[in-house]
Amino acid sequence: MSIFKDLGRYLTMLKGMFQRPENAKMYWKEFMRQCSDIGIGSLGIVCIISIFIGAVSTLQTAYQLVSPIIPPSTIAQIVRDTVILEFAPTLTCIVLAGVVGSKIASELGNMRVSEQIDALEIMGINTKSYLVAPKILAGLLMIPFLVMLAMVLGIWGGRLAGSMTGILNTDLFDKGLRQSFVPYNVFFALAKSYTFAFIIASVPAFYGYYVEGGALEIGKASTKAVVVSCILLLFADYILSALLL
Amino acid sequence: MIEIKNLRKSFADKTVIQDVTATMKAGQCNLIIGSSGSGKTVLMKCLVGLFQPDSGQILYDGKDFVTMTDEDRKDIRKEIGMLFQGSALFDSQTVEQNVKFPLDMFTKDSHAEKLKRVNEVLERVKLVDANKKFPSELSGGMKKRVALARAIVLNPKYLFCDEPNSGLDPQTSLIIDKLIQEVTTEYNITTVINTHDMNSVMEIGNYILYMYQGNKEWEGSNKEIIFSKNKRLNEFIFASDFLRDAKEMRMLEESGKIPEDRNMDDMIK
Repeated sequence: MSIFKDLGRYLTMLKGMFQRPENAKMYWKEFMRQCSDIGIGSLGIVCIISIFIGAVSTLQTAYQLVSPIIPPSTIAQIVRDTVILEFAPTLTCIVLAGVVGSKIASELGNMRVSEQIDALEIMGINTKSYLVAPKILAGLLMIPFLVMLAMVLGIWGGRLAGSMTGILNTDLFDKGLRQSFVPYNVFFALAKSYTFAFIIASVPAFYGYYVEGGALEIGKASTKAVVVSCILLLFADYILSALLL
Repeated sequence: MIEIKNLRKSFADKTVIQDVTATMKAGQCNLIIGSSGSGKTVLMKCLVGLFQPDSGQILYDGKDFVTMTDEDRKDIRKEIGMLFQGSALFDSQTVEQNVKFPLDMFTKDSHAEKLKRVNEVLERVKLVDANKKFPSELSGGMKKRVALARAIVLNPKYLFCDEPNSGLDPQTSLIIDKLIQEVTTEYNITTVINTHDMNSVMEIGNYILYMYQGNKEWEGSNKEIIFSKNKRLNEFIFASDFLRDAKEMRMLEESGKIPEDRNMDDMIK
């Protein structure tokens, strides 16, 4: 029963966001602050993860492709498709669910527990549209950008690892990158990243917004938000792959 | 003026507020007192619209807050200021930004005009040179002053204070009480204060509503409370021997029969 109750409250929260802003300029400022927090704040971790994932992909693919009839440039092709289809959108978003999700849940949870949300409500501000909507919109704008960046850096990391270890030189890697490129894969990755972005921003916002209790409950809500977001991400990943590929 | 008529609120099968009726006038401090669990916080949350009552009316200058539309409620809420128990300041904003927030949200004044107003109210609550400080850098009393400044920055018609003295030393409590009283009379605000601090009751209680297990048990002023015959109220306010003795002394004083062998020093001993 609890799951249906939570789902109902989640949908009510989303419905509550669609109201005319009291002051569009203030909402814009909040949106930009969230863009900075989600986008710029996660840039470092996304860059590091992407480069290493790409590099490891090259090394492991080369380790498995030992057949002399498969040209080495195929390694680049496999790295490209793996990074674009799975690593960049899914892995990056799972990391972002931890980084961004816990931040959103704890920020809203702290605001709830310390009565800051009540203070805004009493001022006559719709807190769902002022606090939750900018986070979801900022997530929808910034997370696909981060995923695209992860794609580029992941492939570049693979290229770098290939040349550094002598598995395949940069010319061969570049040749492999251009082989059998399917632009639809990028569209698929972006479709996934928009879906994941919505989950990453809205689920933790829900757990943070409705937290009850004190500091301990904020921690629990934050953990629950990350766990549920990750499960929903993997579930959505499967559904989208089944539907779109 | 705020009129409460037959207000009732329950959670699941537990009735927390039962048919409470009261009138809170403008320009005076209206106190809701009662022991923990008596329903005073729920009553205040019903008054500001954080809880929806099951039945009854809350009239803000004649307009029923319970049945009005969300849009009308928003208009009333713009006339409400609230001082929270924990101050509820926005952690990521400085004192100046906290106080300026309602002005940014609801007025079209220029930046200079807003700053002027912010400095005015900060000066009014006797808080200077703290504009650029963050809430984490302030003491409890200073946080309460910032919260009060934020509550009055839009010149509200109604001011709600939820346990404004909680966590403060007696001297700072007195300063906060005086400030609330001053702004109440100065701006003719209907102030509603939720407290169990007896100093506040005696200092600023123009109207006192005593709650007991969700019911209105007694109402009156700080002049009347000390002479009340209500047993439950007396148990609440004269919980300590010291206060009981103080009451005795006061009554004897009033009747002109102060015994020669008793004075305040004896009581303190």
